[in-house]
Amino acid sequence: MQHSTAWRAVAQSPWKFLTSAWPWRSFLYLLSGALFGALVLTVLVAATLAGVVFLIAGVGALLLLGVSLSGILVSRVERRRLLLMDPDPIPDPHRPPAGPGPRGWLATRLREPATWRELGFTAASSAAMWWMDALVLGLSLGVPVLLATSPVDDPDAWPLVVVAVLLVPAAPYTLTVWAGARAAMTRAILAPRDGELGGQLTEVRASRARLVGSFDAERRRIERDLHDGAQQRLVSLNVLLGLARLDAEPHSSVARQLDAAQEQVTLAVEELRELSRGVHPKALTDHGLPEAVGNLTARSALPVTVDILLPYRPPAVVESAAYFVVAESLANATKHSAATRAEVHARLHADVLTLSITDNGVGGADPAAGTGLTGLADRIAAADGRLRISSPAGGPTLLHAEIPCR
Amino acid sequence: MSLNVVLAEDSPLMRDLLVGVLTRFGHRLAAEVGDANSLIEAVRTHRPDIVVTDIRMPPDHSDDGLRAAVALRGEHPALPVLVLSQYVEQSYAARLLDLGSGGGVGYLLKDRVSAVTEFVTAVTRVADGETVVDPEVVRQLLHRRQDPLQRLTPREREVLSLMAEGRANGAIARHLYVTEAAVNKHVSAILQKLDLRVDGEGHRRVLAVLAYLRA
Repeated sequence: MQHSTAWRAVAQSPWKFLTSAWPWRSFLYLLSGALFGALVLTVLVAATLAGVVFLIAGVGALLLLGVSLSGILVSRVERRRLLLMDPDPIPDPHRPPAGPGPRGWLATRLREPATWRELGFTAASSAAMWWMDALVLGLSLGVPVLLATSPVDDPDAWPLVVVAVLLVPAAPYTLTVWAGARAAMTRAILAPRDGELGGQLTEVRASRARLVGSFDAERRRIERDLHDGAQQRLVSLNVLLGLARLDAEPHSSVARQLDAAQEQVTLAVEELRELSRGVHPKALTDHGLPEAVGNLTARSALPVTVDILLPYRPPAVVESAAYFVVAESLANATKHSAATRAEVHARLHADVLTLSITDNGVGGADPAAGTGLTGLADRIAAADGRLRISSPAGGPTLLHAEIPCR
Repeated sequence: MSLNVVLAEDSPLMRDLLVGVLTRFGHRLAAEVGDANSLIEAVRTHRPDIVVTDIRMPPDHSDDGLRAAVALRGEHPALPVLVLSQYVEQSYAARLLDLGSGGGVGYLLKDRVSAVTEFVTAVTRVADGETVVDPEVVRQLLHRRQDPLQRLTPREREVLSLMAEGRANGAIARHLYVTEAAVNKHVSAILQKLDLRVDGEGHRRVLAVLAYLRA
């Protein structure tokens, strides 16, 4: 996380830290914080008092309205100031105004939770935080200066100068630690909530989901085209060859050639069948996950225990993500892990599909090494779920996926 | 024996070929249809000796043919049904075998039609009330249930897969070029090793074997 960098800097070797920009950045951050806080407090107190006094005149109401919206401006400055401590900028949590003109702007702002959160921040910051900034600055810089200058009045107080010299290197630490804490608080309060980022983020998620959805639709279409096209034609060709074979003179060279041709076509049909099943199994579309996984494990060379209990069919995108996770992990278990047993377990609880696949193989599955596991993780991430893999050397391997079904 | 066949297949090319194959061996086509609903109608009208149907057909392009077969067996429990498909799936095989032993049942890959003579033999066997399951289904089952089947010798496994296809001992003997007595010995060894008691009828034996393997 970016906002911990100030604290991480503190943990470095003292020489590295003291010669870095962090003490100076922290100093500037706290100094500007104290000055800006004092200014804001003065302006707000004055405006509130004036507002109450002139409330009858109507101008007062306008002033009070200004005070309640002051958080927006203050927070904008705070977000700017935060760049001193945190290179990662906080996005503006406010929505574009729903209507035109000042009226539209006002209506939108007054209805946003962000506005009121910022007002709360402004109140806290002008009531307490800037005092703290000033206090920390005073203690860490003022005290050594005071101690160092004490022999001017009283020559016998010279040991205090030693204390002051010893305190000087401590000051950058105090400053940076408090500045880091202050920055973390600011970020926590002023950063937009998920729903506020909403617009764009939801759009990104939706477009990702659409992408995966269209990818699935495309695979289904390819499977259908293969089934109705190439597969059907090859099978027909094979039947034609079979009929020709009946007419050929037995043991003639034509009969032998027809046999050879049939052998080739049969192989092609088999390969095409495997290919098209890998593209998208029809049983998944027609009957759902339990049946498709059952058929898959029936073909698997590995004995697999399947335990899938779903009260309803999850959306197609979730079903195929889950199916391909099972297919890929069983293929991995068969090919690489020397497993003799595997288990597939799936439940649907609180609208989340949880899926785990275990095998008793040698482990050592590395998501970084193969594209298979990475592809699975991407697929699941696109469905807004997550995939975790535990595969220590020596086994066993456990894949655990959670996919929300909304 | 000439059979009265109702054929359901949505691809015109494949349908013509199937008609060609069946008529060449002297069978008659009572009706050729291209979708599941017409299939049910045609069976009601023509009362055929056997139904040969594709699985994936209109109207849903899902497993319409299989569902029609199940519905037809509900109406006519003794009606022999042979189902063809581009793929074989365990779940579909299980659904077909659950139809019961009232009439013959067959489940074959469509590509098996290309071995013309064997395909027509399968059609007549199903019409005779036997059970014919694609070797691919059997291979998958054998693949899966490794543990108890590891006790079988390769030859016994071969015999079992031929049994599972619904062949009688004589046919198995001819297929493997051994004597029928040798096959009898293998069969009783298999049934003993799989803890199945010996039963008279051929296809019941198959169902027992499949039920055991499917468990």
